[in-house]
Amino acid sequence: MAILNKTDILETITMIADEHLDIRTVTMGISLTDCLDGDAARSCEKIYEKITRSAQRLVPVCEQIQSKYGIPIIHKRISVTPVALAVGASGGDPLLFAKALDRAAEAVGVNFVGGFSALVQKGFSAGDRELIESIPEALAVTERVCSSVNIGSTRTGIHMDAVSLMGEAVRQAAERTADRNCIGAAKLVVFCNAVEDNPFMAGAFHGIGEPDCVINVGVSGPGAVRAAVAQAPKAADLTEVAEIIKKTAFKVTRMGQMVGAEASRELGVPFGIVDLSLAPTPQVGDSVAQLLEEIGIAQAGGCGTTAALAMLNDAVKKGGVMASSSVGGLSGAFIPVSEDAGMIAAAASGALTIEKLEAMTAVCSVGLDMIVIPGDTSAAVISALIADEAAIGMVGGKTTAVRVIPAIGKRVGETLEFGGLLGGGPVMPVSTIDPQVFIARGGRIPAPLQSLKN
Amino acid sequence: MRAVVTVIGKDMVGLVAKVATCCADANVNVDEVTQSVLREYFAMIMLVDISQINTDLAGLTASIEQAVPDMQVRVMHEDIFNSMHRI
Repeated sequence: MAILNKTDILETITMIADEHLDIRTVTMGISLTDCLDGDAARSCEKIYEKITRSAQRLVPVCEQIQSKYGIPIIHKRISVTPVALAVGASGGDPLLFAKALDRAAEAVGVNFVGGFSALVQKGFSAGDRELIESIPEALAVTERVCSSVNIGSTRTGIHMDAVSLMGEAVRQAAERTADRNCIGAAKLVVFCNAVEDNPFMAGAFHGIGEPDCVINVGVSGPGAVRAAVAQAPKAADLTEVAEIIKKTAFKVTRMGQMVGAEASRELGVPFGIVDLSLAPTPQVGDSVAQLLEEIGIAQAGGCGTTAALAMLNDAVKKGGVMASSSVGGLSGAFIPVSEDAGMIAAAASGALTIEKLEAMTAVCSVGLDMIVIPGDTSAAVISALIADEAAIGMVGGKTTAVRVIPAIGKRVGETLEFGGLLGGGPVMPVSTIDPQVFIARGGRIPAPLQSLKN
Repeated sequence: MRAVVTVIGKDMVGLVAKVATCCADANVNVDEVTQSVLREYFAMIMLVDISQINTDLAGLTASIEQAVPDMQVRVMHEDIFNSMHRI
């Protein structure tokens, strides 16, 4: 090959064919601010019209790119302006908006639409509380709608009244969908320091600082990084391992950048960001846990896991930033338990606990994610879990989130299966010590000091 | 505008001819051919000019797959390799 190197060609093909490298999602962010009307039904009509017009060609264009470059694009998705703004402007039942989003998503052929969201880190404005209270019902009566609520930030502190409401919302979302493996709770994320350009579900929404319409891309690649690390000798020192991770992340991100740029050009929509997150899938090998094990921890969850994850997360960012002109979103290694074969195995064997996962979230993206907890876990305990995780994000100046699924009717030792990319996992034990008084106090945890950092 | 055709599997008599015929039928010129070994399998790599192609890449892939049914066939635009492996 005069210009292309055959080793490079075969490396790319191996990454795609054997190591599960893919573009995880092309997400179109759509602003709804010009769809707001004083009448809720009219707003919903405008929202439906704008989404179906803007995203009409999203799926066909992605399929065309997939075929041209031979790279799978797994999900095509849409994120919208937090719907609480629309509810605040129009009044009316928030469920009307959820149903309009669901219909629009179905019409354009995307599998998820994110943005049934509220940003309440400092307090509730019109529409916020109504939206939050409607979340369990909205996630039960729609197929494709995803919801997220931001309850804290480094600059504002943690809004504990909202934390209290969200503990209830998570529990009710599971209860309302108990006959469908509690799937409602898997579509609900509670954030601290939420980002406005995240392309990944269930936490994607289109921030109000974003352009009218934008294309964001999320790449994948734990399998490819793992395979690259596996080729290094076991005696390779960690500086070398970090270098291998950086180089692989660079290649993976370049592919995301190219696909995003092409999708943006074809759709006539500005290119937003590439999200560098290493997103695992339940397929064997495509696992962040197994990657940590490849680095040298016998099983994810053991001592050393947090350090290995910190190195991995940082190396992925360093490689990725070099590869894309515009990096954003969550950009870190994801550790969703039910979506990662190695995490599932580690959780099932008891090697990985919620407490260890919490520690891991201090050094990676994004939080306690896709963790199945006992069905009798109280709303107060879930709220307190959310508060703990938000505190890590608030003090650490990073995004953290909670997406736990109370397995209604199940106990520790049983499993809950969602199927597909959401996977399934063992019910993990959670402390049952009662935090009721703490949660019932409400109010706000004040924003932390940004100096005297110890 | 060029694409990379890779055919991976067990080597056989007439493989290059069969793939080249599919390219000719699609009005695609073969610029270069090379071969390699991917794990234990034979890998043929062709760099082809697709600027005058009379179908799309999926169409070309399908016709090659039909011609060499036991092989893994991929036709990918060259830009993916350029973007991943060049700064």
